[in-house]
Amino acid sequence: MRRLIGFHLGTGVVFGVIGWYLGWFLGHQIHAESIEYFSDIDQNDVSIFLGYIIGVIGFLAGLGFLNYPLSRVAGRPAGLPADKGARRYFGMATDHKVVGIQYLWGIGLFFFIGGVNAMLIRTELLTPHSQVFPAGQYLTIVGTHGAMMMGIMSSAVLGPFANYFVPIMIGARRMAFPRLEALSFWLLMAAGGILTTTIFFGGFPTGWTGYAPLLDQANGGMDSYICFFALVGLSMCVLGLNLLATVMTMRAPGLTWFRLPIFVWGVVTTAALMVLASPVLIAVLGMGALDRTAQTTFFITSRGGSSYLYQNLFWIFGHPEVYILALPGFGIILELLPVFARKPLWGYKLAVAGMLGVTLLSWLVWQHHLFMSGINADSRPFYMFSTELISVPTGFTFLCGLMTLWRGRLRLTVPMLFCLAWFFNFLIGGLSGVFLADVPSNVTTHGSFFSMAHFHYTIMGGLVFAFFAAIYFWVPKMTGWAFNERLSKIHFWAMFIAFNSTFAPLFAIGFLGQSRRSVTYPSNLQFLNDWVSVSAFVLGISMLVFLYNLVYSVAFARVPAGSNPWGSRSIEWQLPSPVPPNDFDELPVFTGEPYGYGTNDPVWRPSAAPAPAGGST
Amino acid sequence: MNYGRRFLILWVVASVVLTPIVAIFVGPEIPPGNGSVQAAGQVLDNTVLVSVMTPVLLFVLLFVAFSLSHFRSSRSDTGDGPADRGNSRIQMVWAVVTTVTVLGLATFGSYQLIQDGAGGGQGPSAAFLPAGYASALNVQVIGQQWAFTYRYPSYGGVETPQLFLPANTLVRLNVTSLDVVHSFWAYQLGVKADANPGVNNVVYVQLKGPQSFDIRCAELCGLWHGYMFDTGHVVTPAAFKKWIAEQVAFYKPIEKYLPPYAPFYFPEPTHRAG
Repeated sequence: MRRLIGFHLGTGVVFGVIGWYLGWFLGHQIHAESIEYFSDIDQNDVSIFLGYIIGVIGFLAGLGFLNYPLSRVAGRPAGLPADKGARRYFGMATDHKVVGIQYLWGIGLFFFIGGVNAMLIRTELLTPHSQVFPAGQYLTIVGTHGAMMMGIMSSAVLGPFANYFVPIMIGARRMAFPRLEALSFWLLMAAGGILTTTIFFGGFPTGWTGYAPLLDQANGGMDSYICFFALVGLSMCVLGLNLLATVMTMRAPGLTWFRLPIFVWGVVTTAALMVLASPVLIAVLGMGALDRTAQTTFFITSRGGSSYLYQNLFWIFGHPEVYILALPGFGIILELLPVFARKPLWGYKLAVAGMLGVTLLSWLVWQHHLFMSGINADSRPFYMFSTELISVPTGFTFLCGLMTLWRGRLRLTVPMLFCLAWFFNFLIGGLSGVFLADVPSNVTTHGSFFSMAHFHYTIMGGLVFAFFAAIYFWVPKMTGWAFNERLSKIHFWAMFIAFNSTFAPLFAIGFLGQSRRSVTYPSNLQFLNDWVSVSAFVLGISMLVFLYNLVYSVAFARVPAGSNPWGSRSIEWQLPSPVPPNDFDELPVFTGEPYGYGTNDPVWRPSAAPAPAGGST
Repeated sequence: MNYGRRFLILWVVASVVLTPIVAIFVGPEIPPGNGSVQAAGQVLDNTVLVSVMTPVLLFVLLFVAFSLSHFRSSRSDTGDGPADRGNSRIQMVWAVVTTVTVLGLATFGSYQLIQDGAGGGQGPSAAFLPAGYASALNVQVIGQQWAFTYRYPSYGGVETPQLFLPANTLVRLNVTSLDVVHSFWAYQLGVKADANPGVNNVVYVQLKGPQSFDIRCAELCGLWHGYMFDTGHVVTPAAFKKWIAEQVAFYKPIEKYLPPYAPFYFPEPTHRAG
């Protein structure tokens, strides 16, 4: 009985639904009907917002987030949740390794939903006119795909892999704020759930960017988008803050900033962007919510607002956001290449400088999304320059990665294949970005399928390929079970070929005049679109191969991975697989540079061991 | 011969062979074509970009291919590579070369933009003016859910659902919207400008010979965004004179219901429409 009524996901969902109806009821007391805006169906925006907000509070209460603060207020001793076994994964867990695995499955679920939406988009685009879905449904599918992929996948690396491995890599046993760590995960799950409920309120027509005044005009499904993205922003902010605090304050003795594994640098720069960018997102969505409920007219030009206000604020968040998606990829690639090239990372400080440069420059380029908008048109040469300048620090990453390969002893394992594919994909993505950064070329490519192909090459070709490299590299450490090598290779080659076959023709399609997010297209482009759709279906099937491989390896085959299958010298591979609950028997002391391949220099030693003569600590 | 020199020779030879081929045969084929001076300028930009990118692309691809063919090892190999942690000269050369390339591209792009506005929306007070801008023909483009209409202030502000423009003329398009954000994309003319409510977004385009061109909305504007397309026409000046005179006569009876010509309009109220 206690198992049923305890604090876990089931209670959370029940409390969440109760909270939703409470909010819905309250909303109707406050705001009977939206007469000015709406007349045909009962969609009370105040009710929807209150329903979501109180629903999320109920969901978190059901998971047990209020137990600790309420106990403290009541003056009773407060313990942390101490669930054992599989139950840990369905509640508020404060072990960073449990949260990492929760994140991996949670993000996988919404990645799957976003991917199914992509398949539906390509099904519709088999023909030049609306065939399968009505125009409104099509826009909802496009918007859900975009919002899922941009929102949930922002945490795709920092959620699972940084939560799991950053404490280990810096020689700590936990994150700085374990309850915030759990909060960031469950907020993200609440957000994903809310976005899927948009279909009950008619969907939303704006795509993932949610441009106002269309945002003000759209029907109730828009409220789901606003709540979704604001919660994603909150989750990202909490996640980033926690990781920054952890790396700043909890590094083991001897682990100076320039001895950090480069993956941790990727995490730190991403976390800094998350903390600084997501408040802007929450603010602009809050303005949208007020426009829709309290008629504040922030974005209604005829009443003193401005459509530019939304575009400016959204992209001040939106451009750092795309580097929130790219930087973890840089970190993973540069972390994995030394292991499989059997060489130290080449130009460590240059790689760090590259990441810091991208972090800084990403704040100075947002108006390149507005080159055609007529806003501040005279400053376009500056934004053209600052945007193209980002290729310099990105080029540092490429140089460090390439030179790490040089004269190494390359082992083509599956994670290594994904790393090499990243070079190809991100190169194409980066070079196509220069067309978009160049104003005269941008006239044709802006808002076309060219820009869509560009950011799929950088985000899917960059982030998602790096994400899979990380999965094949680190998941055996997390679960203790090895992947099936043959299935992994089938997955890689199918995904790499189908990915390029899907997105390379879209560059041409964009240049030939196909507009983004449009359910119709010129009929002379049907052959190319059909080619892309078929390739996209193969890409989708390759993901099912991966899913089968994951379930088969973890649940059925159960081949032990061993503690260090890759021969890595990094500290997490010196622990047993899976990592034991308390991580280290003895906390480590770091004594040398990371990536000591080709040398006998020890990177670290247990704190109890005596310091070797002449060794630096 | 050492690996480094062999790779550099391979890259230089490949670049010297392929870059001119790309510049001559690929670049000029990249849209939007030769429908206007601005469109032709964009083709020049695309040609320059694709030519500069060819050696960059070749460098990375050949580097990975070269490494894979020379430094590949077997799984049973347990040895390590050399403990090479960097080389400040290579880093310096790389930083300088990439920065100079970027500066060159940005300068060239800015020059192309400043020359004639490049066909992009410039907001209410266009600063990048083509020669002879003062005598340009004014045409207003009005975006609304979900169609574009056009007003000709030089012809009494007549509003038509079709766009006809005189050939070999400099046209000043004044793009605005009545509701949400649209984007006026005249594909073959190399013109794109967002239509924002309450904003007059100016584009200059120097038209060439008679032709038809595709018009599409390029900014998601709601339910029927996908159906917001049309065909515009560039016709001889004589044919344009005849056409506009017909329009003025045809729409004369309803002219009194139109608001007077203005840079932008605010219809009330804002209805929800999907």
